[in-house]
Amino acid sequence: MPTQENSTLDCRGMNCPLPILKTKKAMDQLTTGQILKMIATDPGSVNDVQAWVKATGNSLVESEQASGTYTFYLRKK
Amino acid sequence: MSDKPKKIVMVASRGELDWAYPPFIIGSTAAALGWEVVIFFTFYGLTLLKKDINAKVNPAANAAMPMKMPVGPGFFQNINWPMPNLLTANMPGFENFATTLMKKTFKNKGVASVEELREICVESGVKMIGCQMTMDVFGFSKDEFISGVEIGGAAMMLQEAGDSDVQFFM
Repeated sequence: MPTQENSTLDCRGMNCPLPILKTKKAMDQLTTGQILKMIATDPGSVNDVQAWVKATGNSLVESEQASGTYTFYLRKK
Repeated sequence: MSDKPKKIVMVASRGELDWAYPPFIIGSTAAALGWEVVIFFTFYGLTLLKKDINAKVNPAANAAMPMKMPVGPGFFQNINWPMPNLLTANMPGFENFATTLMKKTFKNKGVASVEELREICVESGVKMIGCQMTMDVFGFSKDEFISGVEIGGAAMMLQEAGDSDVQFFM
């Protein structure tokens, strides 16, 4: 069953560090356990999102990659 | 993750557009990671605290700078235009021209402006310190800077740095 998001953030076309900065802001709006779906086209976001979850204690529950688009499902700590 | 957040202290000493990016990119990102961030602005870096940032790129001082055209088809935009130093150093207005091209290329590539990144730094509580000594030397006053800037000297910066996990000089 696909992960169900509570909110979606479109970071397509944005470059470093905007996807992370926008993700941080969007996650601030969520409550514990809620899921943010973030879509990016910046290939660097794959490693950046992993570093960000490691630093902040949030979790990356699922990620997909399809034709230059990266989708992340992030669970708020 | 430990209870105490990591802390980074940066010294920003340059005022060109290409040097304006690193403190604000790293500062805003570190804040997004939950780090405590301090940026000490000294020498030409002080100009990055002014209400209007007027940072430019200097192609004559950066011989390896790729010159890109921000308009036209993809292959054209990807060409690196060779710009002999003799030409760029002597052509009036070339600095403004190169600055316009770089800003446009950054925008095309989805990169935030320096102003936008600085605003995020302010919003996320990045502590910005202006160096008193270089302010005196260049004749800058605190009123010319964005609000929230603190003023201090080497001892204040070192106290912050001594208490931090990561230090950058740029």
